[in-house]
Amino acid sequence: MSRAAFHLAARYVLRHRLQSALLAGALGLVFALPLCLRVLIDHAQRELRARAAATPQIVGTRGSAMDLMMTALYFKRENLTPLPHGVLGELRRNPDATVIPLHVRFQAQGAPVVGTELEYFAFRGLRIASGRTLTRLGDCVAGANVARQHGLRPGGHVFTSPEQAFDMAGVYPLKMRVTGILAPDGTPDDDAIFVDLKTAWLIEGRSHGHDDLQKDKAVVLKQEEGNVVGNAAVRMFNEVTDANIGSFHFHGDMAKFPVSALIVLPDNAKAEALLAGQFARSREQQLIRPRDEMEALLAQLVRLEGFAAAALLITATAALLVTALVFALSFRLRLREFKTLEDVGVSRFSLITVKVLEVALTGLAAGVIGLTLLSFASFLAPHLLRMAL
Amino acid sequence: MWLCMPDPSGLHVSDLRFAYPGDAFRLHVPQLKIGAGKALALAGPSGAGKSTLLRLLAGLLAPAAGQVRLGPTSLETLNHEQRRAFRLRHIGLVFQDFALLDYLSVVENILLPHQFRGDAGAPARDKAQDLARRLQISQYLGKRVSRLSQGERQRVAVARALVHEPQFILADEPTASLDPARGRIVVDLLIEDARRRGACLVMVTHDPGLLPFFDQTVRMEDFAAA
Repeated sequence: MSRAAFHLAARYVLRHRLQSALLAGALGLVFALPLCLRVLIDHAQRELRARAAATPQIVGTRGSAMDLMMTALYFKRENLTPLPHGVLGELRRNPDATVIPLHVRFQAQGAPVVGTELEYFAFRGLRIASGRTLTRLGDCVAGANVARQHGLRPGGHVFTSPEQAFDMAGVYPLKMRVTGILAPDGTPDDDAIFVDLKTAWLIEGRSHGHDDLQKDKAVVLKQEEGNVVGNAAVRMFNEVTDANIGSFHFHGDMAKFPVSALIVLPDNAKAEALLAGQFARSREQQLIRPRDEMEALLAQLVRLEGFAAAALLITATAALLVTALVFALSFRLRLREFKTLEDVGVSRFSLITVKVLEVALTGLAAGVIGLTLLSFASFLAPHLLRMAL
Repeated sequence: MWLCMPDPSGLHVSDLRFAYPGDAFRLHVPQLKIGAGKALALAGPSGAGKSTLLRLLAGLLAPAAGQVRLGPTSLETLNHEQRRAFRLRHIGLVFQDFALLDYLSVVENILLPHQFRGDAGAPARDKAQDLARRLQISQYLGKRVSRLSQGERQRVAVARALVHEPQFILADEPTASLDPARGRIVVDLLIEDARRRGACLVMVTHDPGLLPFFDQTVRMEDFAAA
């Protein structure tokens, strides 16, 4: 009896497959949306917490703690006022902490160029998958995603992007040598290009290399107070090579050179507390704990999710009511058909079973669609998070 | 009250009364008997109550008074669900509007009673194919009934009424949409099937040309009472 009811219900659903698919799709979508949202938020929370928890303290110029954190953890080019490099020296006098500088301002092939030191790789547990690490000025190591997207390989080159296309006096592109590719680790490091801090300053124009003015007097414009000033014919180097590396030099006081943020790794809780206290009194700089900042951000996110979930719940309830109405109207329109079955002698139980099975089959299809969407959301979560950040 | 010992395999009606609520129409059938293997034609003008009587005989309508006995079973002793079960087992119905399910194929429509009886196996399929062949619709077995003509649909309805070999065949104008030749085929099949299996056939018809083929003819004018 129930087999006959299933047969009848299945035949009806299949015969009206377009309508059934639309209904199932709408239902699946409505019920999958809150779950997809949950999956995405869970993934985001997990990833954001992990990155924040792995970074004990960050020092930057006083201002937005959130901007500082996003710059240091996710290499966002927020409009941070840079720190003078001298702060790094001061902090390094503290024997109970390791300090890693970060310079985040430029881009190459759409990826952030992060100026740092080799300690950063050890701190994040980043491994060179092919090639070798940074060895000299002008070298870079590419994250796994950047390398894959742009076909970068050790021995290849990548140009930095000018900040403004029409700024003739601005930063000129530097042709950097790719020395290594990082193994993928599923973090924002996969999407960055790492250079030595001095290379970052080179991109910024605080260092440069050019023809030797002592060798070719024709390119000398003037000499004043011991400085030799070249004319427009002096050839400036946009690439560091073994042949010209000796001509690169810095101008100005390196202690005043900019860094975006300093990652501070205290050796123990006491050092951490002392550092926090030290910067609490500072008017120019701030020290933040990314874990605390991230929790504050996630609390906002959870509150927003609550609103979204409430809205989706109302939508789901409305969809459920509309679906119930659709089925009720459909059954009403098919009264003659059910009357026929009654007249033939089909029991009331079988008739109810037919109706229930039709709803169940549509629900099952909705479930399959919902689960497919959920799997899709799980698969896309890392990509969406990367895009959002 | 039975005037004589009823044929336990036939159809018996006694003192049957029925009226639709709020309607002046009244039906009174003092007595009606059909023996096993016999065919009865219900004739009469439109509105005389032929279809109503057929529905009373099938247990689809409940009489105000009187008895309908199908074989050893009095319909008034059965509740709603028992009457459904009785119909599924023992009655083959041909409705005026065919009452087919458009989303099923011809063979699925024919096998519907078997499906719900749980015995739609190979013998039932063979029987369905045989009926389809005799009703000249075997080429449509896999087609959906919504794609058939009225006449073809009517023959599918006849096949559905006969496929489970019911003891009682109640047909409401099963030849109305057919040309005379095909109408004759259908009537012959219904009567031959009833006679061969010892079933009772009650058929409503407007066609006086078909009446001579029946064992009995009842005119509804004789029953209708003010």
